[in-house]
Amino acid sequence: MTAFAQWLAGTSASMVVQKTLWLIPLMQTIHIICVALVFSSVVMIEFRVLGYTKSGTVADAARRFVPWIYACVVVMALTGAVLIVGEPERSLPSFEFQMKMLFLAVALAFTVWFSHSVRTHEEAWADKSSARTVHSTLAVLALAAWCAVVVWGRWIAYTVQH
Amino acid sequence: MEGLEHFLETLGQSSISLWIAESTWAFPALEVVHIFAISMVFGTIAIIDLRLLGLASTKRSYSELARELLPWTWGAFFVSAACGSILILSRPAGYFENADFRLKFVCMGLAFVNMLVFQLITSKAVTKWDSATPPVAARVAGALSLLLWIGVVYFARMTGFTMVQGGA
Repeated sequence: MTAFAQWLAGTSASMVVQKTLWLIPLMQTIHIICVALVFSSVVMIEFRVLGYTKSGTVADAARRFVPWIYACVVVMALTGAVLIVGEPERSLPSFEFQMKMLFLAVALAFTVWFSHSVRTHEEAWADKSSARTVHSTLAVLALAAWCAVVVWGRWIAYTVQH
Repeated sequence: MEGLEHFLETLGQSSISLWIAESTWAFPALEVVHIFAISMVFGTIAIIDLRLLGLASTKRSYSELARELLPWTWGAFFVSAACGSILILSRPAGYFENADFRLKFVCMGLAFVNMLVFQLITSKAVTKWDSATPPVAARVAGALSLLLWIGVVYFARMTGFTMVQGGA
């Protein structure tokens, strides 16, 4: 991974990103705004599952917010890719970055499963369902996975450079 | 102004300031909590702004949405302001001098004025459009709010680059 990062840092695409001073802060700003939209969407869904918010059903919350999660994850993948091309040695070999990607995979797996389950078993996600405890536990775990993505993501900036 | 600069320099020598500036984990840890809080602030405000613009949550009344979301917005805002204040303590004079940091607060101030105008004037007639498309004044308020909060995020992120301290 280190060798790949070194090669990528020497490519002309990487040079362009490094030399265009406004590109990295702009990409990071878009990335952060998407983080805010994904995190808020996740919280809106999980709070509805946990009963902290009451309006509509869990399935309604999923219909409203899951599309935002997917759309923003795509934008974050693109802006994130530009950031990696610009500074590959900052991210790719970093333990924090690798942990971020691991938890992102876990968090996305939760999202894909949830949006499928809520479509196929809508009544099981209703407030009086016997599956409520299981669903609440899963909601807390999914939220924790998304939190881990954010925490590891921020910690990339504080990786000790070798 | 000299008095203020002296005050900020003295503040930067306080024990809490020295602790945040010297600790390897305090700054990033507070930053992470700050990010969670601003994510909720931005996200919940965006949901309401998009409703005002008629672009999302159109099946819900404005007042229902505001009643459900605004307590979370304010709770998250106080958490982010508290963490942000402690982060500033790591280098109060440095932040105060920073142009991007000042612009961040200009955007936040304008967003606050925009919110006040909307709450005190525009939303008084909310019963007329609560479940319909909001009037032009409300749509303008929604658009301004979104743009100003994007500005807050942009200048906050730029501050990290122009302060040249800690992680960029």
